[in-house]
Amino acid sequence: MDGVVAGAAAVSSISLCWLIFSVLTDGIGWFGFWLVAYVAFLAIYFVATLDRLGRLAAVDRLVTVVAWSAMIIVLVPLVLLVFYVLVKGLPALSLGFFTHTQRGIVPSDPATAGGGLHAIVGTLEQVGIALVISLPLGAMAAIFLNETRSRLRRPVRIFVDAMSGMPSVVSGLFIYATLIIPLAKDNSLFGYDGFMASLALSVTMMPTICRAIEVVLRLVPAGLREAGLALGSSRAKVVWSVVLPTASSGVATAAILGIAREAGETAPLLFTAFGYNFMNANPFSGPQESLPLFIYRFIREPLASSIARGFAGALVLMILILLLFAVARIVGRDRTKARSRRRWIPARPPRRAGTAQPPDGLALPAQEAQ
Amino acid sequence: MTETYIAPAGGEPLDGHDPVTAQVPTVPEAARPAKEPPHLIGGPPPGAATLEAKDACAWFGDHLVLEGVDLVMPAGEVTSLIGPSGCGKSTFLRLLNRMHELVPGAAMDGEILLDGDDIYGAAMRPQQIRARIGMVFQKPNPFPAMSIKDNVLAGLKLSRIKCTDKDGLVEQSLMRASLWKEVRDRLDQPGGGLSGGQQQRLCIARSLAVAPNVLLMDEPCSALDPTSTRRVEETIAELRGEVTIVIVTHNMQQANRVSDYCAFFLAEENEPGYVVEQGATTKMFGDPDDPRTLDYVEGRFG
Repeated sequence: MDGVVAGAAAVSSISLCWLIFSVLTDGIGWFGFWLVAYVAFLAIYFVATLDRLGRLAAVDRLVTVVAWSAMIIVLVPLVLLVFYVLVKGLPALSLGFFTHTQRGIVPSDPATAGGGLHAIVGTLEQVGIALVISLPLGAMAAIFLNETRSRLRRPVRIFVDAMSGMPSVVSGLFIYATLIIPLAKDNSLFGYDGFMASLALSVTMMPTICRAIEVVLRLVPAGLREAGLALGSSRAKVVWSVVLPTASSGVATAAILGIAREAGETAPLLFTAFGYNFMNANPFSGPQESLPLFIYRFIREPLASSIARGFAGALVLMILILLLFAVARIVGRDRTKARSRRRWIPARPPRRAGTAQPPDGLALPAQEAQ
Repeated sequence: MTETYIAPAGGEPLDGHDPVTAQVPTVPEAARPAKEPPHLIGGPPPGAATLEAKDACAWFGDHLVLEGVDLVMPAGEVTSLIGPSGCGKSTFLRLLNRMHELVPGAAMDGEILLDGDDIYGAAMRPQQIRARIGMVFQKPNPFPAMSIKDNVLAGLKLSRIKCTDKDGLVEQSLMRASLWKEVRDRLDQPGGGLSGGQQQRLCIARSLAVAPNVLLMDEPCSALDPTSTRRVEETIAELRGEVTIVIVTHNMQQANRVSDYCAFFLAEENEPGYVVEQGATTKMFGDPDDPRTLDYVEGRFG
């Protein structure tokens, strides 16, 4: 019945707006039309429900509709974005994308020729090394912030917050200015290569991971720490043997979310990995490609085939990140809760004779269905 | 210092007291194969120890919450601390194994003597003290990431104590906490899957595994149902003589049932807590000297 009323309210509000803006006046543009129609819909729906079910139900329906609309408004750009990349990228994506590089590809080749294997390898290596660097450091910083009573916690926390708000291009510039410019001419490790990109990525990854792990550590009940200390343990041992194992799934989730975020970073790579059209599996020497750089370069080319190639790269990057998020959800799932949530009701024996029944006159009368 | 009660050496149970031990079903010794008991290396010295507080005071920041407590908790006996909420019983208990100092801004004065040595002495490490003086908390807190067995052995791992026979120690500790029969088939399952009462007994087993000289219990039964409470009380009765027990409780009947000695704490509004009266439980509950004690144990206030 609610659905019918809502549908009728929608139809009448759109009809009303059509009458006002298309017949009686010169109109106020499509955005204004829908905005007024939405407000009119809310008003009509509210009044109709008020008349039918009373004030409490009317307010409930109104708030429900507003909450749903807010959800849809937030979801629309996301869905559009995903579909746009899907529509643009899917035609250019072939299995060859995962097995070939851009070697021997000339601009006149179709978009499906060649591939982005070199970019996938580069992204995995750079983000992997960045994780190896920033997970221990981020976790230690989180432990410092949450498990110690140092006076330095406040400045460190401000510092971590500031770092996580830093534009990511700055981290690339930082590595470029402090390592690549002064050291590259003497040592090829400090030239444009994947390792420099990993360092730049770690600068942005570390605060992300630190904050995520800190939140998880804060969720570990204080009683467990007290129990550990009361058994004669040192604080460090309690953190290592009690707090971290208790928070392990949360820490894993934090790490994977950190990876997923860094895998899409482009700016830190511009002056560090530099980009390279062919395979370079060695992250410690020579320019290296990555998926964001692959997209960034091809999307700006004038040729339609290159642009399509860029979209294929974007699609692959999105799939990669989606997979990582899925892994994060599976790893972060609370296993004890999942097990106890009952999805089916097992066969039960017939009700035992003589189970207590409410005495006569106490049971509620059966309610009439609305 | 005239208030200080000194227990007779050896700690004889008092006559007409202790109705619980008589009912405790004893584990048939013949059912178990005779085995070398598990031996701990690097743990506390064996046996129960006497704990004595001398003029103990405690602060949270500038706020004095406990003033001048003189109390002896004799070796191998059960001492109960009773009194209304907010009178410093739990704070006093936490003074006894140096958990008080973990609270930011907390301070203390006076001496806590463990078999004559001040646990706040310069040469004492809090970790050693806490290994010798175990603690069971109000809310059962088994480690959720560990199995039942690992929970029992957690103390060894955390305070780096070695053991010759870990399986035997698990059995012995769970047996002493009267939990063995209920969990012996699922030692590898997580400790969080047990019922509240079983979790609390698991926590007791975990504290007993490191063979402490003293066991502090902070309202161990306040979150438990009557059946689990009875099991915990039986456990306390079985531990009498092996380990000194200090128990904080709001349940007057429980204090009467389980303890040999009793101390009554009281605090006036915005005043620090202090011990009104202490002595043998039978006297405290039967014929106390102070009228306030009588009012409290008979439930007229608090």
